[in-house]
Amino acid sequence: MAMTFHVDIVSAEESIYSGTAHMLVAPAEQGEVGILPRHSQFVALLKPGEIRVKVSESGEEHHIFISGGLLEVQPHVVTVLADTAIRAKDLDEAEALEAKQRAEDALVNRRADFDYAKAQSELIEAAARLRMIQKLRKSTNQ
Amino acid sequence: MAGAKEIRGQIKSIKNTQKITKAMEMVAASKMRKAQDRMLATRPYADKIRQVMGHVAMAHAEYRHPYLEEREVKRVGIIVVSTDRGLCGGLNINLFKKTVQTMTEWRNKGAEIELCLIGNKALGFFRRLGGEVVANVGNLGDRPRLNDLIGSVKVMLNHYDEGRIDRLILMENEFVNTMSQQPKATTLLPIVPTGEQELKHHWDYIYEPDTVPVLDTLLTRYIESVIYQAVVENVACEMAARMVAMKSATDNAGDLIHELQLVYNKARQAAITQEISEIVGGAAAV
Repeated sequence: MAMTFHVDIVSAEESIYSGTAHMLVAPAEQGEVGILPRHSQFVALLKPGEIRVKVSESGEEHHIFISGGLLEVQPHVVTVLADTAIRAKDLDEAEALEAKQRAEDALVNRRADFDYAKAQSELIEAAARLRMIQKLRKSTNQ
Repeated sequence: MAGAKEIRGQIKSIKNTQKITKAMEMVAASKMRKAQDRMLATRPYADKIRQVMGHVAMAHAEYRHPYLEEREVKRVGIIVVSTDRGLCGGLNINLFKKTVQTMTEWRNKGAEIELCLIGNKALGFFRRLGGEVVANVGNLGDRPRLNDLIGSVKVMLNHYDEGRIDRLILMENEFVNTMSQQPKATTLLPIVPTGEQELKHHWDYIYEPDTVPVLDTLLTRYIESVIYQAVVENVACEMAARMVAMKSATDNAGDLIHELQLVYNKARQAAITQEISEIVGGAAAV
């Protein structure tokens, strides 16, 4: 019997690929790695690139692009935990800054969407002031 | 009679409202199914990560990552996952109530609170209530993407790394079934090892490049995936809650129309009777 192993490629959002394979080549951070059945337990960080899954003896291959992630190898099961987008430290930092900015903006612009309670209290105050002025006018006219 | 015409107008307007609620119910039902599928699709990733992580943590008992270490709690970070839009029953309000309760508990223990808000409804609520909001993301739509969350999550993780917060809690809605959604508080950080696996024979991975960066990446991805899962689950909850709320609104509108129809018939009948008696009275007078 030909030796095969099971391959699962999953991302946080969905399962990308699942099936048996004869060989798998993945772009690990320190160079490409090829995995054959009965590889010893292995964990590697992946960089953006192409994963090649050889599904049959005749050399039929699946090519799957991933934007980085993790590779976990057990003797008969290989799992790729793919990232959903290209990740880099400074990119993540930029995203973080943006999220903070949004929070600050949202709190500063609290008057941007209409605040009814406040508007009403202002209206009442204005009306009271108007009445006061009218009263004063009347008393001075007399 | 004037009453009859008014009632007819009222019935018509309620019928229009009923059409809208009926449409919303059906849209929510179809979206719910899709959201549920997406919810299930996120499971394998988190399961796998948890598995690998458990193993790595077990194999390297001597290396304690800060995410795994319990420390004294002076400040608590809370991530609140809410919906962007309303008209979904008590879904958000129940969650906020529970959040406020959790916040009070921690305040009583002398801890300060900072908030990370996901979804516009949470922002609206805590803007009114007050509270220190450090990160916010909204308008995620029916198909949230992990990329949109990275920033907010990163803020909280950075604060944890810097020691500004000592505990990270996630407030989310749990999808029990279509009729029921439960607000739930989960402690994200520090990660409590489940300790379910008993390894009989010891084996370890070969790491590339090294244990520490691998573990770092694993833990960060894990937290992100848990939060992403919560957001996706929340969409399913939102749709289910909206479907139920709109169903009961449609039913209520039906009842209202029925009652008004009776009143309208009575008024119409009374008007006709009055007219006849007036004519008869007039004829008799001649």
